[in-house]
Amino acid sequence: MTKLRRDDLERIRKLMAKRMSLREGEATARVTVHMGTCGIAAGARKIMSAFLAAQGESTRNDILITTSGCAGLCSREPMATVEIEGEAPVKYVDLDEKKVKQIFEEHVLSGRIVEKLALAVGSERVG
Amino acid sequence: MDLMLCSGTGCVSNKAFRIKQALGDELHKHGLQEEVDVVLTGCNGFCARGPVLVVKPGEIFYQSLTEKQIPHLVEEHFLKGRPVYKLMFTPPDERVPVPVMGDIGFFSKQVLVALRNRGMIDPEKIDEYIARDGYGALGKALTEMTPEEILSEVETSGLRGRGGAGFPTAFKWRLCRESPGNSKHVICNADEGDPGAFMDRSIIESDPHSVLEGMTIGARAMGASQGHVYIRHEYPLARERLIKAIDQARDYGLLGEDILGSGFDFDVAITRGAGAFICGEETSLIASLEGRPPEPRVRPPYPTQSGVWGEPTNINNVETWANVPEIINRGGSWFSGIGTEKSKGTKVFALVGKVKNTGLVEVPMGITLREVVYDIGGGILDDKEFKAVQTGGPSGGCIPESLLDLPVDYERLAEVGSIMGSGGLIVMDEDTCMVDVARYFIEFLRGESCGKCTPCREGLGVMFKVLTDICEGRGTEGDIELLEDLALIVHDASLCGLGSTAPNPVLSTIKYFRDEYEAHIHEHRCPAGVCKELITFSIDEEICVGCLMCLKECPGDAITGDVKVAHSIEQALCTKCGACRDVCRIDGAIVVH
Repeated sequence: MTKLRRDDLERIRKLMAKRMSLREGEATARVTVHMGTCGIAAGARKIMSAFLAAQGESTRNDILITTSGCAGLCSREPMATVEIEGEAPVKYVDLDEKKVKQIFEEHVLSGRIVEKLALAVGSERVG
Repeated sequence: MDLMLCSGTGCVSNKAFRIKQALGDELHKHGLQEEVDVVLTGCNGFCARGPVLVVKPGEIFYQSLTEKQIPHLVEEHFLKGRPVYKLMFTPPDERVPVPVMGDIGFFSKQVLVALRNRGMIDPEKIDEYIARDGYGALGKALTEMTPEEILSEVETSGLRGRGGAGFPTAFKWRLCRESPGNSKHVICNADEGDPGAFMDRSIIESDPHSVLEGMTIGARAMGASQGHVYIRHEYPLARERLIKAIDQARDYGLLGEDILGSGFDFDVAITRGAGAFICGEETSLIASLEGRPPEPRVRPPYPTQSGVWGEPTNINNVETWANVPEIINRGGSWFSGIGTEKSKGTKVFALVGKVKNTGLVEVPMGITLREVVYDIGGGILDDKEFKAVQTGGPSGGCIPESLLDLPVDYERLAEVGSIMGSGGLIVMDEDTCMVDVARYFIEFLRGESCGKCTPCREGLGVMFKVLTDICEGRGTEGDIELLEDLALIVHDASLCGLGSTAPNPVLSTIKYFRDEYEAHIHEHRCPAGVCKELITFSIDEEICVGCLMCLKECPGDAITGDVKVAHSIEQALCTKCGACRDVCRIDGAIVVH
């Protein structure tokens, strides 16, 4: 791969920032499964598989399933964050495969937050 | 008037910090800086319309702000008092019943600097790190700043080592920079050995590039060309993610030769450690990295003069390195604006033990332990009584209820006989025996002592024996004084930090919980009901309903009884494991003496 220059960093940043905020990407929904050691120990791999299976079953190709590290609240793992284009992210806690199915159907596909499973809306304060 | 500017991750990626800067400049220009405060807040959920700004009082909500709009906004609204309607947002009627992150105690008091990307990016994709301004600080450091300027920025920040001792980072960097030698090293200490601590593991797992970027910036400041990450074998996932991150950074030319076309060369190699607590000590870590047994040596020469293979070396821990890019990005004075007089910035803690919310928290220095335990931790599990909080891992001390309002700060923690340490925070409730806790930590340290210095090797062994005797009912008059004497010798006569801090758990528990030691010694009683040799379990036949729960659970078949017939415990068979107490649903049925 060609070595980057400083301008390239800015180019990648702009391109990726749009994609990550679901502004101009192909995806309109993103599910992030938190897979640090704590999440994995609590069963995050099963949660990941369940989301991937649900994605496979749906006919939509604009849903992105991705991973990230620990979200901080280890005692409530496994956790996942669901983001729908134009809306604030929602964190779900204490997940199991059954809950994943419900979240996928109601929130990811139909856009209705599953209130009883959600911890909070929004993201954390930086700096 | 307060301007509540959202600095949730969504708004930050939409340049909320530039808005803050622009607001500050404009307010200053109009002489309004005294009357109008700009306050950074957590995410309020309107990320899609970020950056967002709420003006208080009045709750006027501005959205999708850009730098260009700020002069107009400041002049119209804050100078002339005319709110700017076209920048406002009309909220939809229905409110989301789910709370926002800022309303959740666990998240509301946290301030993320080292953990700025946690849970937000895929740690295995360098592009996602770059999207959140990753490697921007490196670009700035390599093309706009001289090594001296980098150093002075870190100096201004007041950053101190997050590995435990709190040594000023810039001071160490300067020593290394000024040491003669063409070949220099920087090391990232990822050999986190405290029981119950996982700050460094989590940082590497969720954001490995922040550490690599910090190391590269530091290397530039010191003129080092070789980097090492010393990571314990017990952290396979962190290591795997770090290897991927290094490969990706090399592909992009962010590690290797001629980084970003600046002519600066630097690369990082990973060394695996076998998980020895002693490797937290710099000279031991270097010995292990070179392939020798990890034993500390006499300093001077300090590693900054003679480290890896006799060459100048600077060691910082994972969290310290992860802070560096933000300091370069946002300036040392921004960083030093957070925290207390001598402890700047934030600190990451692994909050564990008997609290409702356990996890990884990053808080500004100066926050009180009470806020950490009760507001963030949510209080004690099962609403039991708080007894102590242990900071600083095995080398730290236990802090009692009466000192819970202590601000978290290197000096203040040292004053009460504990240390900041690397950031383990273990909360203990009324069911914890403090003598047993001291014994646990001394047992750990005795095993981890390298054996080089007699006071540490033998002294900890004797202390362990005395503590075991006390716990098992063989304590005698004078044991407490003997422990204090030994503690002093181990502290004074050991070469390295392991020995000199090892007595802390004993000294702090004697200082604050002397009554528990005395109860064990004089009355052969363990007030918390933990020490097996000093307690007996029995069943109150008046209260027992005869549900068979404990009878089925007892591994030693020591419980007899029948349905609806009060049970009893055969003392000769009881192993005092406490399983009956754990399963019993009737208050007071299982009695511990």
